[in-house]
Amino acid sequence: MTFKRFSFLVTVFALGTASCNNESAESYINTPTPSPLQIPKLFQDLILDPVIPSNNPQTEEGISLGKKLFFDPILSANNTLACASCHKTPNAFTDDTRFSDGIDGLFGNRNSMPLFNLAWNYDNKFFWDGRDFGLENQVFEPITNPIEMHSTWEAVTDKLQKHPEYPELFNAAFGTRTIDSVLVSKAIAQFERTLISANSKFDKFLLGTATLTPEETNGFNIFMDESKGDCFHCHGSDNNPLWTDNKFHNNGLDTTFSDLGLGNVTGDPADNGKFKTPSLRNLAFTAPYMHDGRFETIEDVINHYSEGLQNSETIDPLMKKVDQRGVQLSSQEKADLKAFLLSLSDPDFIKNPDFSNL
Amino acid sequence: MKHFHTLLILSLVILFGCNSDSDDTISSVNVTMAFSHYWEDMQVTNSDFNTLNYTNVKGNLLSIERLRYLISDIEFTKTNGETILLEGYNLVDVTNQTNLSFTPYQKILTGTYSNVSFVFGFVNEKNIDGAYNDLNAVSWNVPLMLGGGYHYMQLDGKFLNSNNESQGYNYHAIRAADNPGPNPTFPQDTFFRVNLGAITIAADTEISVAMHIEEWFKNPYSWDLNVYNQMLMPNSEAQILMYQNGQNVFSIDRIN
Repeated sequence: MTFKRFSFLVTVFALGTASCNNESAESYINTPTPSPLQIPKLFQDLILDPVIPSNNPQTEEGISLGKKLFFDPILSANNTLACASCHKTPNAFTDDTRFSDGIDGLFGNRNSMPLFNLAWNYDNKFFWDGRDFGLENQVFEPITNPIEMHSTWEAVTDKLQKHPEYPELFNAAFGTRTIDSVLVSKAIAQFERTLISANSKFDKFLLGTATLTPEETNGFNIFMDESKGDCFHCHGSDNNPLWTDNKFHNNGLDTTFSDLGLGNVTGDPADNGKFKTPSLRNLAFTAPYMHDGRFETIEDVINHYSEGLQNSETIDPLMKKVDQRGVQLSSQEKADLKAFLLSLSDPDFIKNPDFSNL
Repeated sequence: MKHFHTLLILSLVILFGCNSDSDDTISSVNVTMAFSHYWEDMQVTNSDFNTLNYTNVKGNLLSIERLRYLISDIEFTKTNGETILLEGYNLVDVTNQTNLSFTPYQKILTGTYSNVSFVFGFVNEKNIDGAYNDLNAVSWNVPLMLGGGYHYMQLDGKFLNSNNESQGYNYHAIRAADNPGPNPTFPQDTFFRVNLGAITIAADTEISVAMHIEEWFKNPYSWDLNVYNQMLMPNSEAQILMYQNGQNVFSIDRIN
């Protein structure tokens, strides 16, 4: 190879490299920074990977935008109600009242669901009745629901578009200043997926850094004993840190149903009265309990399973001793079961500054 | 020139090596097990669930609301007695109509086999508490106080009891255990190997396996749901009856 030919090749290579660098620099401006979920060790060790849609990867800018939107009442028609108004951080992102107050003073008939570990909902069915598939789709509903934010997507996107900050934040997160409902839902879903709770006393016990009291240990045994509490068939076990099966069951609350739950979604009478199993994490913060918030205390919940079951055609066959109206726990067993359940609460979760608007 | 010869020899070695591999691949085929479910002659799918459709040999009128079960370790036996184990497991979920067929990642050589079989549940050595993330994620676990590991089957439904009232049953098969607690004991194994008989594999093959659900209630023990209905996991006597009745539950439906 002659020196002349070598010089020519070097020049071509240099030009090519420079040109590539230019392209990289340009595209970098609108490329959000990947921010994969930090998967807790127990989750990594014991269960499957989280569900992240390929068209909505987690990014720093998307999460940050989602958080801002989650806490911003701009999403409601009269700018008074945010997602966080009914999904409150100190309550593990549920409401502390039985039903939530919409912008027009109207109340629904379901307790707002707590929000955590949502990326591990493998069936991807959201709401108490599973009517929405995918977290992004779930985001759509409250904004236009007449008893919640009672807005329209046209009004919401118009307000966001005229806002001094939002267009630039959407540009940073999604590479466009043109705001639409899909991008709003993607950003909020990204933030919601970061709401990971995995640092309860029981988590620490499983990791070998905490010791359970005798009452908590006994309560766990009652939980896992098919002849006692038999809670594990629906709520999982020490091998499933979600503490829910994310399935739908009729847990014997009523003999007839004013709210059909899953049955209203599928149209199948066999699904009447079925609602999603809630996680038992963070019960210390999530009262009232059940899909309609009918129980104010954990004691009420335990009493229901112990001696309050109501028979119906669709009651789950996993409900035990229905003819005796429940599993008939003693006072001590109830107290121990409660102690164990409270060990699943994670104070660090509700104090996490990443999840707060303060 | 010397380098050229070396390269030529190397190329020939690689070429013949590849041909040899190709021959192996050609004679290795996929085997799929597809599971279908029957109550006597009637096929059962999840659309048949939730109604009192079935009468067992004891006369209990019953429904099915949930059915899922685990199979593992498909094994082929050559005519010379040598066995080929296809590692892996599959959770058949009739309720959600998922995993109704299972193709192990290992292939098998074409030929005639004197038997094909699988394990209902897990052999004890593989029934390791918490070891399988996909099974943990669907809450398939057995409490550690009963030895841990995993369910073999969950068959849930309702039946009309002796008072003519609808009552739930949970026919949950696990490894039989006594003395629940930190040191349970195990009276006998309750997983079992299902032998399906001889088979000739000439190409990719689907073996349709039928589960006859009524057999769980039939033979040798005529299952009375008034006697055994719920809380059967800690009941080793019931577990052993399930094991005995399970021997005649599976058969080959057809081979494609």
